[in-house]
Amino acid sequence: MSRLQKRMESLRHTRRKGLIPFITAGFPQPDWTVAAMHQLVASGADVIELGVPFSDPMADGPVIQQASEQAISQGVCLQDVLSMVATFRQQDNDTPVILMGYLNPVERFGHAEFVAAAAIAGVDGVLLVDSPVEESAELLKMLREQDMSQIFLVAPTTDEQRLARILEAASGFVYYVSLKGVTGAANLDTGELAEKMAVIRAHSSLPVAVGFGVADADSAQAVAQQADAVVIGSALVKAMAASQTRDELLSAIDAFLSPVRAALDTLT
Amino acid sequence: MNANEPLDYYQFPDEKGHFGEFGGVFASETLMHCLDELQQAYAWLKRDAGFQHELDHDLAHYVGRPSPLYHAQRLSEENQGAQIWLKREDLNHTGAHKINNTVGQILLAKAMGKNRVIAETGAGQHGVATATVAARLGLECVVYMGEVDIERQAINVYRMKLLGAEVRAVSSGSRTLKDALNEAMRDWVTHVDDTFYIIGTVAGPAPYPEMVRDFNAVIGREARRQFAATVGGLPDALVACVGGGSNAMGLFHAFLNDDNVRIFGVEAAGKGLHTGQHAASIQAGRVGVLHGNRTFVMDDDCGQITETHSISAGLDYPGVGPEHAWLHKTSRATYVGITDEEALQAFHTLTRSEGILPALESSHAVAFGLKLARSMSPDQHVIVNLSGRGDKDVHTIAALEGIDL
Repeated sequence: MSRLQKRMESLRHTRRKGLIPFITAGFPQPDWTVAAMHQLVASGADVIELGVPFSDPMADGPVIQQASEQAISQGVCLQDVLSMVATFRQQDNDTPVILMGYLNPVERFGHAEFVAAAAIAGVDGVLLVDSPVEESAELLKMLREQDMSQIFLVAPTTDEQRLARILEAASGFVYYVSLKGVTGAANLDTGELAEKMAVIRAHSSLPVAVGFGVADADSAQAVAQQADAVVIGSALVKAMAASQTRDELLSAIDAFLSPVRAALDTLT
Repeated sequence: MNANEPLDYYQFPDEKGHFGEFGGVFASETLMHCLDELQQAYAWLKRDAGFQHELDHDLAHYVGRPSPLYHAQRLSEENQGAQIWLKREDLNHTGAHKINNTVGQILLAKAMGKNRVIAETGAGQHGVATATVAARLGLECVVYMGEVDIERQAINVYRMKLLGAEVRAVSSGSRTLKDALNEAMRDWVTHVDDTFYIIGTVAGPAPYPEMVRDFNAVIGREARRQFAATVGGLPDALVACVGGGSNAMGLFHAFLNDDNVRIFGVEAAGKGLHTGQHAASIQAGRVGVLHGNRTFVMDDDCGQITETHSISAGLDYPGVGPEHAWLHKTSRATYVGITDEEALQAFHTLTRSEGILPALESSHAVAFGLKLARSMSPDQHVIVNLSGRGDKDVHTIAALEGIDL
């Protein structure tokens, strides 16, 4: 069983709601990212989603676009993101790390080379926004051979036929996008969420994480009443943006994430 | 496929939008449903007689087709080579080939019951062509345009506004065409229920490369017929400029299985391929994934898409339509570069010898067409796609020559 599967299993056993924060690697400062990852864990994260900056993030809202631009302007490359994970692993061998990004940096790295390097660095899963299940067969096979998961999105508009196909390829967890829009948008619809969750659960026993519209402790709690885990990204990245020093950054992360953790823990 | 048999280019794309290893649907799950819907609607409508009839009617009476295939006799004589024929897409309504596609896509939007259309634009030609057809059908229209392009193309911005479109400035990334496309995708994913995205070139996720090609393929069908009627037989070569590559696919498509017709796509070599300041994705780029398809892209060693340079905003794009990537890979077409300087020269040459002002984009095709013709004999024939008229570029050219209008 992979580190990610173990973690998701243990959450289920302990009836703890999963908290999956997303941060953009290299933002606001490349040197601070590993410390930020440790802080995420200390403030209650169960799994870390680490964003790989890309010049053309089509599925992201303005907050993550700007964070990516800032990271790229400081020279952050996929290779650097893998080094950050490797450094993080020196002190934390338990918290699963998922890389989230777009396909072109992986194309340039080379699919096989990327999978090999990610496995060595200690990456547990990969979510490539613009690589849907139809185009992922080759990569998926390579990731599975290394015991890594490819995480797939499920959208409100995904029909049951596609859903079945996605769930067949998915492992670790299913990432349900809770709204029609880009990351960080504010049109979360918990009513529609309940309906869709029932459909997903009818097809699969995989844990379901929900993200894209979760902004604070309240929305996290509302979502977690139906989901196994929540992903929280743009709001967190926004809270990190103003930090002038590493310590300020770590305090900002804690101030943002601890209340979310506490809100989730009331649901157990 | 048997290696000895000639490839049938009309088998492409396959049902998943692939041209060999290129194309496909590299889009977020949040867009997959509307792409499926679009694919189905298009597959059905393209075989629907009523839809085709309406499209043909609009092309004839609104766009002004067929466009002439003009024998540039004086230019050919002065150039001392093969006969040069110009396919006059510059004479279409709104002044470029772009309207062939928007007339088609807006009919599709209407048939699908969408009441809002969005588009991206670089030079503004596709934005104007979209705003035009939206005005005609009374649909809400939003055009995304990079801040940098808004500054360089003020006249087209105003034209779009006059036509009732809202022009939204895009300030992310390099603030040019590629970023406008990203922003239009974000709009689409947020408003999937009522919005139709009119992509302006043969790029994007399937079915766009096929659909935009099909709507422009009228260019090549007409040219083939016109050439047969005037000269007889087939031309020896075709030349068209390639940014995303819609006018080029439009001209090439009707000739793809005719091996004896040589095909040339002209990319913007900018300040020279060796300078890195160009937009020649096929000649100097690498295979990657951008804007929903696998194709040749201009990127750095980290896989970040790089900024391109061309004197013509319409060729200033760091990717290229996947079918062009495929035609390059199979060697069916040859891709060449023309610099800013060569394009400018060709602009002046054509203007003075034939009284036709070509768009700077099309001037790239003219420049290579002249070169190619010089290597051929006077009894041979080259068709150059004159994809747009140059009026929009008069300010750029004046500025380059130090003239303040």
